[in-house]
Amino acid sequence: MGDLKLMKGNEALSEAMIRAGCDAYFGYPITPQSEVLEYLAREASQRTGMVVLQAESEVAAINMIYGAAGAGRRVMTTSSSPGISLMQEGLSYIASAELPCLLANVVRGGPGLGTIQPSQADYFQSVKGGGHGDYKLIVLAPSSVQEMVDFVKLGFELGEKYRNPVMILTDGAIGQMMEKVVLFEQMPRKTEFPDWATTGKKPGKDRNYITSLHIQSEKMEEINLRLQAKYKEIEKNEIRYQAVNLDDAEYVFTGFGLVARICIKAMEMARAKGYKVGVIRPITVFPFPTQVYADIAPQLKGILDVEMNAGQMVEDVRLSVNGATKVEFYGRMGGMIPSPEEILENFERIYIKGETK
Amino acid sequence: MTQEAIFAGFGGQGVLSMGMILAYSGMLENKEVCWMPSYGPEMRGGTANAITIVSDDYISSPIISRFDSVIALNQPSVDKFESRVKPGGMIIYDSTNILTPPTRTDITIYNVPGSAEAVKLKNIKVLNMLMLGAFVRATKIVKEETITEALKQVLPERYHKLVPLNMEAFNVGTSFVTN
Repeated sequence: MGDLKLMKGNEALSEAMIRAGCDAYFGYPITPQSEVLEYLAREASQRTGMVVLQAESEVAAINMIYGAAGAGRRVMTTSSSPGISLMQEGLSYIASAELPCLLANVVRGGPGLGTIQPSQADYFQSVKGGGHGDYKLIVLAPSSVQEMVDFVKLGFELGEKYRNPVMILTDGAIGQMMEKVVLFEQMPRKTEFPDWATTGKKPGKDRNYITSLHIQSEKMEEINLRLQAKYKEIEKNEIRYQAVNLDDAEYVFTGFGLVARICIKAMEMARAKGYKVGVIRPITVFPFPTQVYADIAPQLKGILDVEMNAGQMVEDVRLSVNGATKVEFYGRMGGMIPSPEEILENFERIYIKGETK
Repeated sequence: MTQEAIFAGFGGQGVLSMGMILAYSGMLENKEVCWMPSYGPEMRGGTANAITIVSDDYISSPIISRFDSVIALNQPSVDKFESRVKPGGMIIYDSTNILTPPTRTDITIYNVPGSAEAVKLKNIKVLNMLMLGAFVRATKIVKEETITEALKQVLPERYHKLVPLNMEAFNVGTSFVTN
């Protein structure tokens, strides 16, 4: 067992980055995740020699990530909603060039400059593209400070396995709250780099060339087909989810990240009142755990999807059950967090009393 | 045993630290803990609060809207959170500066003249420790002796000379709760 500590989500993520042998962090401060850059600036370079650099903007930061990832280094950036929006062009390039890197979006309420309070309104942006072109990020949605640690390690591994950018989709509340965490042991930084990395031409070998520009349509279509095949492979191998009390469930509460935990509390309260409720929490939101919803749907009277947005993941839940059961939505927006009581109340309103708004 | 508490007051009164010291104490006793601060515009001068949960069991939601205990350091906190105490729960409030006290009859109400007692100790900043003392004595959610150790973990080393004063305030706070 590693070290047990009490840490804020943002600090735990930063500590995990150092311990995972990250080579470089490029970022630009924004609430509610400024602790990341502060923590790394204080801790990282003297411990592992990791590069920590405050770029002049998020656009610069993501392009530094592009460059360092191209050199085969383990690299990460973090930001919050408006900052992640600025990074979308670079992310599309990185996805096209098939480079591994890790991002975390500590989501705040939008649209626009919005609020610094937590939100989940960047689900579509993270899962359905965000930048231009047909590409996918692998998207992990932690619901605890412990998972902020675990998913840094997992994120680097998945990114390198598939040569694909990975996003940790979290929110301001998880970033700011403190919980117990078990930290993994310090891992060494890499000393050998993948054979595709641009680390300087070796005698007798062709030079490596990384680009997302392919003027010939035939070539560009070939690249697209390769990317799509890779995403299929990711969908086959990497689905992760948490299922609670599904065996006898007549209803399911579902949500990702922080909201899933609020759903579990609401489920406990519902069960105390005699309602047979289970919870499904997607841990990977791409790849989405379609099958678990499809399998449980025939035994259900309905699903209540809860999110801190106007209803985004609910579209994937509806596609998953494909009409086999009712899927209703309850959400709060703009930095508001639904309480367990509120979820229970809305469940009873919709499914027990049969009222609609 | 589970204690779902909220520490609330003005920014600068040390309400976030109170919750954090409690959370550290819970961790030192191998309990499950969660500390969820308000980090919004409140931090810049208005009201601030920290939800702190200490439990022997897994903590599902860090977000709760009903509390076992409210520890209120200013009037807006009483006004806002009194109705959100679970029946049978408690409010501990600083009766020196809260002039309209809570009125519910289905909960336990402790009035602790925290600010006045802190002034007697010649440091108003220890108000939070005083109120924490009352809370820990009333709930017994952690052992009183664990608090000293937790303080050392929360305070940077250069402030460790302040631990005795803080513990003195804590002990004064406990004396206002008689079981």
